[in-house]
Amino acid sequence: MEIVYEYVKKRSEFGRPCNFSDRPADLHLDIQPDAELAACFFALDSRDVGMQCAADMSEHEVNTERIESESRGINHVEGGWPNNVNPQEIEHTMRFRKKVEKDENYIKAILKLGTQMEYSIKQNNTIDIYEEYFEEEQVEEEEMTDAKEQPAAKTINVFRDPNEVKRTASSLSWHPDGNHKLAVGYSCLEFQRAAKGMSFDSYIWDIENRNQPELTLKPVSPLVSLEYNPKDSHILLGGSYNGQIAYWDTRKGGQPVEMSAIEHSHRDPVYKVIWLQSKTGTDAFSTSTDGQVLWWDIRNMKEPTERLVLDPSKKENLENALTAVSLEFETTMPTKFMVGTEQGLVVACNRKAKTPAEKIVCTYSGHRGPIYALQRNPFFPKYFLTVADWTARIWSEDIRESSIMSTTFDMAYLMDGCWSPVRPSVFFTVKMDGTVDVWDFLFKQNNPTLSLKVCDEALCSVRVQSNGRLLACGSQLGTATLLEISPGLYTMQRNERALANEMFERETRREKILEARLREIRLKERSRLEQVKEEEVQDAEGEESPEELIARAEKEFFQIVEAEIMKWKKEVEKEKEKKVSEQKKC
Amino acid sequence: MAEVEETLKRIQSQKGVQGIIIINAEGIPIKSTLDNSSTVQYAGLLHQLVMKTRSTVRDLDPQNDLTFLRVRSKKNEIMIAPDKDYFLIVIQNPSD
Repeated sequence: MEIVYEYVKKRSEFGRPCNFSDRPADLHLDIQPDAELAACFFALDSRDVGMQCAADMSEHEVNTERIESESRGINHVEGGWPNNVNPQEIEHTMRFRKKVEKDENYIKAILKLGTQMEYSIKQNNTIDIYEEYFEEEQVEEEEMTDAKEQPAAKTINVFRDPNEVKRTASSLSWHPDGNHKLAVGYSCLEFQRAAKGMSFDSYIWDIENRNQPELTLKPVSPLVSLEYNPKDSHILLGGSYNGQIAYWDTRKGGQPVEMSAIEHSHRDPVYKVIWLQSKTGTDAFSTSTDGQVLWWDIRNMKEPTERLVLDPSKKENLENALTAVSLEFETTMPTKFMVGTEQGLVVACNRKAKTPAEKIVCTYSGHRGPIYALQRNPFFPKYFLTVADWTARIWSEDIRESSIMSTTFDMAYLMDGCWSPVRPSVFFTVKMDGTVDVWDFLFKQNNPTLSLKVCDEALCSVRVQSNGRLLACGSQLGTATLLEISPGLYTMQRNERALANEMFERETRREKILEARLREIRLKERSRLEQVKEEEVQDAEGEESPEELIARAEKEFFQIVEAEIMKWKKEVEKEKEKKVSEQKKC
Repeated sequence: MAEVEETLKRIQSQKGVQGIIIINAEGIPIKSTLDNSSTVQYAGLLHQLVMKTRSTVRDLDPQNDLTFLRVRSKKNEIMIAPDKDYFLIVIQNPSD
């Protein structure tokens, strides 16, 4: 209903000053409570209502747009010359300069500035005014704070795959000197799932510039593995998805300098290529899931210099061969190398063996899945790290039955790992749930010392820079993340080498003892089994005697029965005779 | 005129001095011991730097003013002495 009040005024009275006067309130409308409406509601005794005298807030997420920045140089062009002077004409400028030099102000100013300047120059020459005093104390302080510092890692840079169709960053390689560049090989490792428009390119990134790769490598097929030549930092070797090997020279651009002939290459993706130590610095070897290890000299890529088939039965049978996914080579031991297979075996091989059959020295078993990473400890080459299935294990060369140390089984599958080049007991692993684990075996063995979630998708590769400070990990969507780890994880503690050595030796000894014990038990088992077999044979002869016994018992029974019958018959006859004799007497 | 030459010669003869440039308030190099392209580059860049530094000092305290500017880098040290109308720039290699 409308509450309306009509106010009437004569037109002639418009504009008159208002004369206000008080009067009591006039009730216009009175709305009574309706009892029926009250029946629709019922009273609640008590309620919990939050009361707060604060402003209402709401949460919003804001993400700034990523700005693309580019480094550009500025071209300096001369300017500032007054109107009448043309900077191109030397005469004009000379004249202008001479005029300025004659100016009194100029002379005064220069003389004053000159004395000031001389003072500073002489100061520089006598002492180093920027010298750090008490540097050692500062370092000590840092060390002390480090000990209490939590291990941490910080993301410095993220390099995203510039293409639209994202591919896995399947392999990373740091530039051998200077460490300012990172080569990342991209490929799609899922079987036949490579999208149609997928680019084959791989990139070399400068770690300072994340917007644009420094160099694009254009192979014929996506690169699964990529390695810088440690001796010549311009040469890179890449193993591609179709089994070919190609090498690039960064001075010559993005096209491969030479590719291996496809007839003699691998028949499966080349999962690992490693440069070898040689005088020419051009030797490398590669492996793939087709079961072969091929040696190449990059100057002649038409065919491999050597071939090895990973057949455990040593018959060079390609069908029986183990399929390899990783390779290991240490420059301090040039004749030995190791291959990690999809079957979970690590095969140690000798390069200098005369016959191919002797090339395979021994195998190490114990993993339940393909061995994705294989690396010797840079400080103690006798021990090596394998990363496969849900664990990472450390092995000693002498013990073949099992690993000497192992991490606990993880929830996620481990995809890659590597040792830290500066600390003997630290290694890094990456998992399928996108986390990077830093393990320090001297500090803690049950859990990683630092576990960091880098991204939501699986991480497929990890590489540490040679100074141990930067870590690059590549993910399934092609992002390579650069992490910097805290100083505590890359500075070697005082007697770390000795401690690590002791730890490894202790574990080796433990394994040896366990092995010996196992062998003993097995021997006992075997001898016991043999004994049991003899007893069984004896038992077999005894089994026939119950039957015989039964037969014998029957015979005896019948014999006794017959004997009784005979006796009875005889007695009956005797009685008859007695009767007859008695009759005769009477 | 001669004193200016003498002063500059003295400065040039000091140990480690690699070059001297004198620029005016507009950034035009008046005198230089380096080649033209380097001179132009140094003049353009350092002029802007000195202007920025001077305005910073005066912003922080209007009574204050810039008296000397040293830029120490890994390879050498650039020293700039500013005046009302001219700047004297010396590039020195501190020999330690």
